[in-house]
Amino acid sequence: MNYTFNWALIFSGEYGRWFVDGLTVTLELSGISIFFALLLGTLLTVLRLSRVRPLVWFSAGYVEFFRNTPLMVQIFFWYFGSDPVFPEFFKKWLYQQNIEFATAIIALSTYTAAFIAEELRSGILSIPKTQLEASRATGLTFIQAMRYVILPQAFRIIIPPLISQFLNLIKNSSLAMTIGVMELTYMARQVEAHTFHGFEAFTVSTLIYLSLSLLVSFIINQYNKHCLHIGSRR
Amino acid sequence: MEHFWQWFSGLFANWGVVWKNFDYLLVGAYPQGPLGGLAMSIVMAVIGIFGAFWIGLAAGLMRLSKRPWLSWPALIYIEIIRGTPLLMVIFWFYFFAPLLMNQSVPETESAIAAFIVFTGAYIAEIVRAGVLAIPKGQMEAARGSGLSHTQAMVHIILPQALRNMIPSFVNQFVSLTKDTSLAMIINVNELTLAARHVYTRTMKAPMEIFLAIALLYFAICWVLTAFSRRLERRMARYQARTSHDR
Repeated sequence: MNYTFNWALIFSGEYGRWFVDGLTVTLELSGISIFFALLLGTLLTVLRLSRVRPLVWFSAGYVEFFRNTPLMVQIFFWYFGSDPVFPEFFKKWLYQQNIEFATAIIALSTYTAAFIAEELRSGILSIPKTQLEASRATGLTFIQAMRYVILPQAFRIIIPPLISQFLNLIKNSSLAMTIGVMELTYMARQVEAHTFHGFEAFTVSTLIYLSLSLLVSFIINQYNKHCLHIGSRR
Repeated sequence: MEHFWQWFSGLFANWGVVWKNFDYLLVGAYPQGPLGGLAMSIVMAVIGIFGAFWIGLAAGLMRLSKRPWLSWPALIYIEIIRGTPLLMVIFWFYFFAPLLMNQSVPETESAIAAFIVFTGAYIAEIVRAGVLAIPKGQMEAARGSGLSHTQAMVHIILPQALRNMIPSFVNQFVSLTKDTSLAMIINVNELTLAARHVYTRTMKAPMEIFLAIALLYFAICWVLTAFSRRLERRMARYQARTSHDR
């Protein structure tokens, strides 16, 4: 192996900035996408738990389809093929935006929403039915019972899986490079192409991803411990 | 309403492009040229899951070991891989396999190596959880009857644990099948790249093309998912029965 390392090069001049820019785009992309994914995921769960058959089928079909097709294909679908699907006013708005970034947000949030919907549903279903019945019997309305009894418990259960969905989203955002979003992986390739020092470039970007995800899983663990603590106190 | 139908029928006007290139999407240029398309995706997924099983089994058992020199390397491997996007791992193998081996490595091989190493870390966690789920009394009883730790592991614990893990392995296989689409980034001609080829060649019907391959992936993954769900239910029933005996 005849390869000379040059770590200083990676942090010299522009390249250090590129990594920072890439990380910023990755975080923006993930942050915005998780917001929309949570909204859409909650909506899908509500539809799934409703009693209206067509809505239930729609939600179930959505979840199955988006979970069982590759994100890569979905990104290409939205980027190349979505034109006839969108209504006129949305297209007008979309083409004024940074189209690659916007497409990546659409793809990432519609994909992640399917996974979030599954977590949410199983979280709510894991609360025993008697909880709702008992709280209704004490005189709470359905909405009050949801608000004060069911949802606080359900959310405590699903926050760790939700955070790991967020973690997956951060990692999945690397696929946005295929349509030209300048996020972290894109920048690593860019540095590699300019310096031919791929080893250093990929090490730096891997370390950035790694510290991000270690940080997030540290938070999950702390939260879990916190919950266990609350559980044992009662 | 008329507008809607116009829009709706316009959506699906160009399926001809897909049908004309359907054999290319399925097997690439196969009889005349190299294998590609869906067949390539499946080949990569099958080889990948097979390799990942052995690496995952080894790493999972090492992680469970009480000897730090065995468990630490496994822990570091698992944590690094699980915290890194697959795309990164693919780039690592693509750029550094040739450097390490001092010769060029074909894209397909380096992609498969990346899949094996990546999926191995996830399988290791499945193996660890599976072994930990077997009641402690099993190990104690096996050791008490005179078996060594290794013998007890191989003959008593693992057969039970692996059987319970089958649904998780199927799910991992589904993930890997979807993940093979990332190999397109280093020019492996699997289904997703084949679709992009068809699109760049015809410059027509991108929606139909990408929808068609999404349906192909979906058909495979959904059947497997449904299968694993059935297995999971059966495992749960089996466990309920045995835990009743205990």
